[in-house]
Amino acid sequence: MSLMNNLSTSMISSSSSGFLAPISFNSSRTQSVTVPPKIINIVKCVSTPQEQQTTYKTKVSRNANISKLQAGYLFPEVARRRAAHLLKYPNAQVISLGIGDTTEPIPDVITSAMAKRSHGLSTLDGYSGYGAEQGEKALRAALASTFYGNLGIEEDDIFVSDGAKCDISRLQVVFGSNVTMAVQDPSYPAYVDSSVIMGQTGQFQKDVEKYANIEYMRCTPENGFFPDLSTVARTDIIFFCSPNNPTGAAATRDQLTRLVKFAKDNGSIIVYDSAYALYISDDKPRSIFEIPGAKEVAIETASFSKYAGFTGVRLGWTVVPKQLLFSDGFPVAKDFNRIVCTCFNGASNISQAGGLACLSPEGLEAMQEVIGFYKENTKIIVETFNSLGFKVYGGQNAPYVWVHFPGRNSWDVFSEILEKTHIVTTPGSGFGPGGEGFVRVSAFGHRENVLEACRRFKQLYN
Amino acid sequence: MYYSQFLSHVCMPHAVLSQPTKNWSSSKSNAGTKVGHCSKVPRNVNLEKLRSGYLFPEISRHEAEHLQKNPDESLIRLGIGDTTHPIPDTITLAMAEHVHGLSTIQGYRGYGAEQGNMALRKAIAGKFYQDMGIEADEIFVSDGAQCDISRLQLLLGPNVTVAVQDPSFPAYIDSSVVVGQAGELEEETGKYGNIIYMNCGPENNFFPDLSATPRTDIIFFCSPNNPTGHAASRQQLKQLVEFARANGSIIVYDSAYAVYIRDESPKSIFEIPGAREVAIEISSFSKFAGFTGVRLGWTVVPEELKYSNGFPVIKDFNRIVCTCFNGASNIAQAGGLACLSTDGYQALCKVIGYYMENAKILVDGFKSVDLKVYGGKNAPYIWVHFPGLNSWNVFGEILQKTNIVTVPGRGFGPAGEEYIRISAFGQREHILEASRRLQFYL
Repeated sequence: MSLMNNLSTSMISSSSSGFLAPISFNSSRTQSVTVPPKIINIVKCVSTPQEQQTTYKTKVSRNANISKLQAGYLFPEVARRRAAHLLKYPNAQVISLGIGDTTEPIPDVITSAMAKRSHGLSTLDGYSGYGAEQGEKALRAALASTFYGNLGIEEDDIFVSDGAKCDISRLQVVFGSNVTMAVQDPSYPAYVDSSVIMGQTGQFQKDVEKYANIEYMRCTPENGFFPDLSTVARTDIIFFCSPNNPTGAAATRDQLTRLVKFAKDNGSIIVYDSAYALYISDDKPRSIFEIPGAKEVAIETASFSKYAGFTGVRLGWTVVPKQLLFSDGFPVAKDFNRIVCTCFNGASNISQAGGLACLSPEGLEAMQEVIGFYKENTKIIVETFNSLGFKVYGGQNAPYVWVHFPGRNSWDVFSEILEKTHIVTTPGSGFGPGGEGFVRVSAFGHRENVLEACRRFKQLYN
Repeated sequence: MYYSQFLSHVCMPHAVLSQPTKNWSSSKSNAGTKVGHCSKVPRNVNLEKLRSGYLFPEISRHEAEHLQKNPDESLIRLGIGDTTHPIPDTITLAMAEHVHGLSTIQGYRGYGAEQGNMALRKAIAGKFYQDMGIEADEIFVSDGAQCDISRLQLLLGPNVTVAVQDPSFPAYIDSSVVVGQAGELEEETGKYGNIIYMNCGPENNFFPDLSATPRTDIIFFCSPNNPTGHAASRQQLKQLVEFARANGSIIVYDSAYAVYIRDESPKSIFEIPGAREVAIEISSFSKFAGFTGVRLGWTVVPEELKYSNGFPVIKDFNRIVCTCFNGASNIAQAGGLACLSTDGYQALCKVIGYYMENAKILVDGFKSVDLKVYGGKNAPYIWVHFPGLNSWNVFGEILQKTNIVTVPGRGFGPAGEEYIRISAFGQREHILEASRRLQFYL
């Protein structure tokens, strides 16, 4: 046991705005943690046999890339804090506006399709084994026509997956360790973390809180959350998320046109994360492929998670246009296909049946209703923070509200909000140094919880 | 453009793009005129080292081509090891129930723990690792062994050396190449320069001569074996664990077919004392429960397993799982739990019995025409020897002459040459028909 403790303490980041993670490795994986009172280091007791704990070590070196990671992945860290808080205040009505987890039931039209598929698996006619690794044909066709109708993206450009997070890592495996990458700052942590794991980055630089070799494209209220591309160094890959997690900013057609031009001039590949596209309220582009020339420079990932409440069901897709080529002319889609066939075995057939139902007219309507519900939540949260005099961003085109706490450490604000209102949010610095001074409030939740949370915010900040 | 025509031709289930033959010409090289914009992003050199498509899509491609030419023939698929028997009701009912629950406030579930539902992890521990000291929190639920193999490779990184059985399930080698561990492909031997191939054949009872095996960091070992069907004995696994321990190596033990074991052969590497400090075990509901399309599996990483600097492997695997994955589908997990209930497990054992009866029929059929046959006793695969013959040719002949899809042994490694793998999944009448055709033709 002591070995575990020693190792866990060595994982603590000394940076005050990094992940403060004085926790043993086990507890970040479970939602319930045994916490002795008043102890800062939370340790999960693991039952070990009575005999002396052996000190045998293999001779296999730890992967140096993984040792570059500073702490746990952001969201399990937030979950851990939430769990610890619940133990401290077992009667508190904790409201989770942290991890962007959907809360509303999945519409019947979608679940009945999945139930039907499940039952079908018990019949001779309905049983299906391995599916095509790229996804079921009908679903790929439906995705193409629903989202890319007149954009020249075809069924076979689309690869169905078990979600965007997994696709991001598979894309990194395609690209390999010898590519450079740029991310927005702040950004969804999976881009940076997967890059570190792949070996594309150097060490974490504590003074600037950035990994060497990654180009961080600062996105702030001052630049309208779109980077000044004239100051951005060329990289092979550019991760770009719009509508943005965490800032909620949706890029304009003009901005994306500039981004595509930048990529084209530099011979870069954009990985465009469109997971929140259906949350757009105005006429901002929903797909990078709305921009002429994008097919030669961009890959797009998307997900059913935030549209259909499929966060647990697991379904997404990635578009790799045929026109996207490596420097030697080799089509990127061929390599992506090879990875999909080798490192993956297809999304669950039941989830795919659900996806197809999502894209039926009834399903689309039902999804829009749920999305509309979350957007209403977002509006309520935005209004609350506005009324309290905060500078608030996002919330128009995404289910995230990006609240500015000038001069304050975002983990401190996170802790204060948690301690004083029992509301879980996400500290901005978790998304990169550009997130410092901000807190992300997600708008997923039952209406009464969102309203109650807003009441508590008003109490705290009035 | 050549590429788009090729794509449209192969856009069918299972039939996917295979890598072009070696001399793929750049779109730039057509009389010096560029065909469209090329990025300046270099192709991943590791992927260039893969000379052909992944084995099973290749088999599908051949199958599809054959079907196109012979649309009226009744094709029997004994190639890709795809389950065929419907999933028992008790399991699909549980999944349907869970699904209906997702439409209710009480039953709705969003993100699950990336490591899997605790109830399922506990059930797996209880069912398969009773008395082996494996705890629920050492079990990571996944969407299947193929995905876990790649996640383990991401974990281990490019700087480890790897040994595989020869022949073996192609994902170990292919993922090793993808991650950058494998070195260059040597044309003459068909082996990757940095991988150690441990020959497994009838002459060594399908267990490598470890005294002649150089040390590697990682040893992939599959038992019951895909493709040979051999289940390693307790004695053999003891040797393997000792070898790993003496060399400070980590065994990645693939036990996807453990439930097919009919004799006393160990079902888990953790039955061997000392294995907890040297082994990771991967497994799957695919062949156990017919979940090839549903997608569910698990990996066991014991807490005692440590890197050379003492850091627990489980911590890093957990980090990979949390960063590169988002959990198996909660519907599949509900099904998994039902599989491990008394009723579910009993029903599944019947299905496995059905497949093994298929295997027996096929084994007897091959024996009756004096072919040397291996496997088929502890695994749903039969490994048939065609001495002196090229396995892709035999594959082609069998497909042409009997309309049966098999898998050429060479697809599993150089030592698979001269062998054909026959899988025992299928409806009984197809198996009987296949056996008839094969006996007639052979």
